[in-house]
Amino acid sequence: MKQVTIVSGKGGTGKTTITASFAALARRVVVADCDVDAAVLHLLLDPQVISEQEFKGSKLASIDTVRCVECGLCQRACRFGAIKGLEIDPVLCEGCGVCAHVCPVGAISLRERIAGRLFISETRFGPMSHARLYAAEANSGKLVALVRHEARRLADREGLDIILADGPPGIGCPVIASLTGVDIAIIVTEPTMSGFHDLRRILSLARHFKTTSSVIVNMWDINQENTRRISQFCEQEGTKVLARIPFDPKVTEAMVAGKSVVEYSPDSTASAEIRVAWDGARDLLGVGSGRRE
Amino acid sequence: MNSHEPRMTISIASGKGGTGKTTVAVNMALSLEKDVQLLDCDVEEPNAHLFIRPRIDEARPVYLPTPKIDERLCDHCGKCSEFCEFHAIAVVGNKAMIFSELCHGCGGCVLVCPKKAIVEENRQVGIVKKGVMGNIELVYGELNVGEPMSVPVIREVKMSIDPNRTTIIDAPPGTSCPVIESIHGTDYCLLVSEPTPFGLHDLKLMVEVLKEIKIPFGVVVNRAGIGDRKIYDYCRAENIPILLEIPFDRRIAELYSRGILFTTETPEWKNRFRSLLSNIMERVGAPTASGSRKGFVKET
Repeated sequence: MKQVTIVSGKGGTGKTTITASFAALARRVVVADCDVDAAVLHLLLDPQVISEQEFKGSKLASIDTVRCVECGLCQRACRFGAIKGLEIDPVLCEGCGVCAHVCPVGAISLRERIAGRLFISETRFGPMSHARLYAAEANSGKLVALVRHEARRLADREGLDIILADGPPGIGCPVIASLTGVDIAIIVTEPTMSGFHDLRRILSLARHFKTTSSVIVNMWDINQENTRRISQFCEQEGTKVLARIPFDPKVTEAMVAGKSVVEYSPDSTASAEIRVAWDGARDLLGVGSGRRE
Repeated sequence: MNSHEPRMTISIASGKGGTGKTTVAVNMALSLEKDVQLLDCDVEEPNAHLFIRPRIDEARPVYLPTPKIDERLCDHCGKCSEFCEFHAIAVVGNKAMIFSELCHGCGGCVLVCPKKAIVEENRQVGIVKKGVMGNIELVYGELNVGEPMSVPVIREVKMSIDPNRTTIIDAPPGTSCPVIESIHGTDYCLLVSEPTPFGLHDLKLMVEVLKEIKIPFGVVVNRAGIGDRKIYDYCRAENIPILLEIPFDRRIAELYSRGILFTTETPEWKNRFRSLLSNIMERVGAPTASGSRKGFVKET
């Protein structure tokens, strides 16, 4: 089983557009949406939910105001500033349990909070594991790990050999959870100062976890000079640039139509280059190449 | 506190990444002629400094207290590991192991250890940098690569909020803890979106978040002209004000790609950003003093 995760560092560079297109080109794969707090892959893949379950995230302290003697020990012990008087601020509370431990009258307990839902679905390109973290909830890394766990189960069950995961932006906990143990990370960048800056950071994160990575430059023609610099940088770093996708209004049109761009407009310039990227990714994975020039 | 000038803290968020949060934050800061603070709370991938290019006057490491076990005192009872909600300590046989990346620094293990075998030491998880360029004081954080938790670095960035100046906070993408930490306690949140299905979907998620944590908000539509009109229908139906539209313009995208702010090239936009700010001030009733703001109470 081979696992590919699409990441970017910077948001909005085209991760989901590329993931959906790869799924369409692969025809049958397991798809995992690891961007659990702003998931949008379902808008292109239209998954039909087969089963779902609750996700329990971090805990939340709660004060029994009848038992509380207002000694203030909990407030002093809480390092997150989450207790003010008799109130727990659910945003600041990290569920560590220190307040419950120091309370001399046992007035504080930790409760589990339902932080989201996990879905197993079927799409036109194969089974999909995805999730929804509820508004303002924490612990997205744990939910990502769960989404990937379910994706591996689906791959085993259906005998599919590729898991294609759409990752979140950034380099923090949900990204780390999306990258650990994958065969290749595909980093989607754009030729902007921000895109380049963020590429360096996500690339060193992939290195840190000893993940093989390769790069796609999206909207490369917005700034050809920067594209050249990014390609040069990748060469120095020994990272393969799989493709350079041009800016193409068909990408947004496809999104509005709820389709991947390779389905919506197979003859577009963006689609042609996405096919080149997918062939390159298959080569790296060693699952047989597609066409060659 | 000598200032009676209206001031406030505005956060800029989006849900979806790459919709133009930094573009709006930086252009707004630059358009104001008076002193303003700009806080880049996207500590995983900070970008505001690429546009502001300040001289860095101060760089302060961010530490998180992390446990260290004195093996001479530890009798491997396992109480620390049992207590830790974050699975950052494991006691296996005669060995206690710390997984420092998972530690939230709550100090619980120290409290529960019956042998007083645990002490805390500071571990660097990131850095906060400060610098000035023109009227803007920029404060931004950088999470160390490989560290999963950005919240402690965001808290440290927010410790710099000056209650006497208007502060603009550039939040990270998403809707989970780092975003909430960034926008928490701000007077108003500007949601930057784009008129596409992805933009609208994530805008709705952010609206849910803001209703939940009770912060007033309005929308900036960036790249207006692409996609469809559904974002406008949604905002009208939900009675959400659209405070500014920035058209899709390849020239703006190209300037952005070179790290150049489009307000410096097209001065009429400075006025639009200034009126955006005064519009927001009217909406929140322009507080003159910030009152008490939440901050991370550091143990020393």
